[in-house]
Amino acid sequence: MLQGRETVKTGGAIITALFLLPRFCAGEGPFFVTYTHRMEEPRNLEMAIQNVTGSPAGGNRFLGTAVELEYGVTGWWTSGFYLDWQSTRGESAFPTGYRWENRFRLLPREHWINPVLYVEFENLNEADRSLLAVVGRDGAEDLAEPVGEARHEKEREFEAKLILSSYYKGWTISENLIAAKNIRREPYEFGYAAGVSRPLALRARAERCNLCPENIQAGMEVYGGLGTHAAFGLHNTSHYVAPTVAWTLANGTTFKVSPGFGITDTSVRRLWRFSVSYEITQFGRAARQLFRGGRP
Amino acid sequence: MRAVLSALACAALVLGQGGLLQRAPAKAASAGNPLEGDEQARRAGAKLYARECAACHGENREGRGSAPKLARPEVFHAMPGALFWALRNGSLRTGMPSFAHLPEAQRWQIVTFLRGEGAPR
Repeated sequence: MLQGRETVKTGGAIITALFLLPRFCAGEGPFFVTYTHRMEEPRNLEMAIQNVTGSPAGGNRFLGTAVELEYGVTGWWTSGFYLDWQSTRGESAFPTGYRWENRFRLLPREHWINPVLYVEFENLNEADRSLLAVVGRDGAEDLAEPVGEARHEKEREFEAKLILSSYYKGWTISENLIAAKNIRREPYEFGYAAGVSRPLALRARAERCNLCPENIQAGMEVYGGLGTHAAFGLHNTSHYVAPTVAWTLANGTTFKVSPGFGITDTSVRRLWRFSVSYEITQFGRAARQLFRGGRP
Repeated sequence: MRAVLSALACAALVLGQGGLLQRAPAKAASAGNPLEGDEQARRAGAKLYARECAACHGENREGRGSAPKLARPEVFHAMPGALFWALRNGSLRTGMPSFAHLPEAQRWQIVTFLRGEGAPR
């Protein structure tokens, strides 16, 4: 009985910790595809839902969703787990698999250009529509394939990215070089993403506010495929230009939206991305306290 | 024995924090705070501190776990440039994250708060 009470007490303590201590997810970039060298702070947990919708030529409108849990293991190592889902109009909706990503900061201090190594394993099927990266000759044709058929094709892939990013006078500038390899077949595929963003104000206001200009970031990202190692280049690849905006509320919830414009014949003409995320600061500490039976 | 160990741990934390500030290159440490004495900046810095730093260093800068206490004279008397450098670079070794993603003006606002009115002298 006493043990039960203790569990209830520590459970209450951790719930309090989760919703009172953590408040903010500040400074998160407005990008959907481009990564910067900003790592998750140690022991923080970020939860996010990212969505993308588009209507490929010859196919039905789709909605790709990725539910993300990202954790700061250390100051130089961030790990993330994604569960993907798709829904296609007139066809069906089902989960499409998972991804596990790890980012490693390579240099301890801030420099003009800061490299981060990204390594991801994904176990998805071809019906996946989350479009978190574009590589090789990914294009509208793949997205037009009926999901009922595509779901039977497995896509187990390793993906690596070299993230190079900088902060300069309030601007965030980032470039990502991407290489992906299906573990069973198919050649190495390449892609890129690059983005630039800035908060609307560089100084913070003294008052707690939702509509402070420093809470809103605007930017632009470009991303696309670069072919394969056998046929490297831009021929028959898809590319997107996407203005993007992020707005962080005073309670820590961040909303992002981005219309993407396909600029080649193989691209989907328009993609709409939107996401909501929330960061729990010091989640790891609170969880450890729970298991040790102490107060957070 | 436990008291001795915690005293040693505290000493290590204080030395660690001092060490981080002391690692700031002379040129960076000598940079002046453009917002020094600006009351609006100090209040904005307090807001930013609550948002970015309080989860680890405590709402009243009292320190928590391995995050050292900031309400102490060594921090108040630190060169503003050294505090700014520590915020920009962090310390991967001690787990202090980099706050380079914050615009420079916001980092100076936090420095203004850390060294401003209400800080221990």
